[in-house]
Amino acid sequence: MSEQAENLEAHFSVKGYTIGFLLSVVLTAIPFWLVMDHVLPSPRITALTILAFAAVQIVVHMVCFLHLNAKSEGGWSLLALTFTATLVVIVLAGSTWVMFHLDTNMMPAPSTAQMRAMP
Amino acid sequence: MLNPRPITAAGSAPVFYDTGDHHPPSSTLLGFWLYLMSDCLLFAVLFAAYAVLGHRYAAGPSGADLFALPMVATNTALLLLSSITYGLAMVAMRNWSMGGVLGWLAITGLLGAGFIGLELKEFAHLIHDGAGPQRSAFLSSFFTLVGTHGLHVSFGIVWLVTLMVQVVKRGLVVENRRRLMCLSMFWHFLDVVWIGVFTFVYLMGVLK
Repeated sequence: MSEQAENLEAHFSVKGYTIGFLLSVVLTAIPFWLVMDHVLPSPRITALTILAFAAVQIVVHMVCFLHLNAKSEGGWSLLALTFTATLVVIVLAGSTWVMFHLDTNMMPAPSTAQMRAMP
Repeated sequence: MLNPRPITAAGSAPVFYDTGDHHPPSSTLLGFWLYLMSDCLLFAVLFAAYAVLGHRYAAGPSGADLFALPMVATNTALLLLSSITYGLAMVAMRNWSMGGVLGWLAITGLLGAGFIGLELKEFAHLIHDGAGPQRSAFLSSFFTLVGTHGLHVSFGIVWLVTLMVQVVKRGLVVENRRRLMCLSMFWHFLDVVWIGVFTFVYLMGVLK
């Protein structure tokens, strides 16, 4: 077996997976509770809070389940992830930004009645 | 070096200081990771499409009208549970327990199948109510994003069953261990994508 596979297998432990699982259960349950019970005063605050929970949970999964660290594959895994994350941010932020301005500046918003009359 | 100095006397057998092999280490796992990153970009584009089109209801139903959060919570629980059961299969593999690997893989596959079953039920329900992908831009992007994730999980289950057969036939040989580790990454990666789906699509869709 290759050295890297052995290094990866060294991470497989019941303790590690249990910690990751418990953390992800908590990090999933809280956003569902916040949304279903309308705990926070405004939808905007709730949205930002659950996005923050999702970000934390993604990091937990990366570390506990995907066994990502700065040393895996000699650092190339983390480098690839950093590059991908940069592209993801550009795609998501860029798309919403451009399309939001396109909407507000160029398109007259049709009323619901107009929309219903459309073919 | 114009005049390399001979390290052995002329005529005697050469002496090498480094006698080990220098094969490059196996790069399958890194290669698979790079594939996952490209898959991540695919999902990023679908998320971006949903972010742009998610409010174009075309006078049709919105997320708040359609999404049943208890169902989403059940689905999320199934996928989270399947993550830890796959993890336990990897622990069993580390301990060379073939029965453990097969048992945990079977449970993982069943949880995944439950997830797909619930998702198909939701899709059928939506389409039956006239909220199919052709109803509005919101629903088109919703079905594309969630459907692509579901398709990934389905192929993951096919792969999982294939690997179970391989493990039964050949045991926990080096090749099968490598394949199981690749599927492990794939499975946990789909869980990561689902975090984005339930947060961004379902929970935030119900908020508005």
